[in-house]
Amino acid sequence: MSTANTRIRILEDAFDPAAMSAEMTASNITRSTTGSTTRSTTGSHTGSTTENNTHGALVTFTGMVRDLVENPVNAMLLEHYPGMTERALEAIINKARERWALGDINITHRVGMLYPGEPIVFVGVSSAHRREAFEACQFLMDYLKIEAPFWKKEFTPDGEHWVEAKSSDADAARRW
Amino acid sequence: MIKVLLFAQIRERLDCAQVDISTDKPSTTPATIAELKTLLAQRGDLWHLMFAEQKVLSAINKVMSSDESPIQAGDEVAFFPPVTGG
Repeated sequence: MSTANTRIRILEDAFDPAAMSAEMTASNITRSTTGSTTRSTTGSHTGSTTENNTHGALVTFTGMVRDLVENPVNAMLLEHYPGMTERALEAIINKARERWALGDINITHRVGMLYPGEPIVFVGVSSAHRREAFEACQFLMDYLKIEAPFWKKEFTPDGEHWVEAKSSDADAARRW
Repeated sequence: MIKVLLFAQIRERLDCAQVDISTDKPSTTPATIAELKTLLAQRGDLWHLMFAEQKVLSAINKVMSSDESPIQAGDEVAFFPPVTGG
């Protein structure tokens, strides 16, 4: 397996999930073309003869702030436990790497004040083949939902309240 | 000393972000998370409501723990509601 990078980001400001995805794709292209200056269908290819480039699949997930007619939200506050947040995400990523052969993993999560439609979380996983990337991405999200120390507070037209943890999230993680 | 941090609605309802628990007297120092919860529950009605009657998760030195987990002087303990990130 070629080099696999892990990036964990806890961000106070808005991020662009498309840029996150592009960053993961670009680093994969860089990895593939290091050393080669031409692309051709014939001839020797010096790009990755020293190590296999096994990043054939990239799966990404983006979670956003919902604002539904039946549950209107003006804003959402994301609180976290600095220091534990990063460690918890690292531990979840390690669990995933033990289960599947994975390439690059990027988990980015907002904290602070967010507004409807804004991205809250981005999870990107690459692997040699798509099955591992799809499964690992779901696994990372299922575990983030029950183990990462973040708490959401919703500000609605009727007042503010802390979001309650859902039993369906605990069930989802248990399935693994 | 044991530093206790409170998060989210626990911090809000108790209007308290941090409690420092003295460990000068071993006989009255809580040895586990459960004992620490019992001690905190004695601080008042609202504290009792939070720590004796609600689901409260804990971490010791930034690693998730359980009620049986041992604690000692110098530890940082955090109490928080079930997490809701993602």
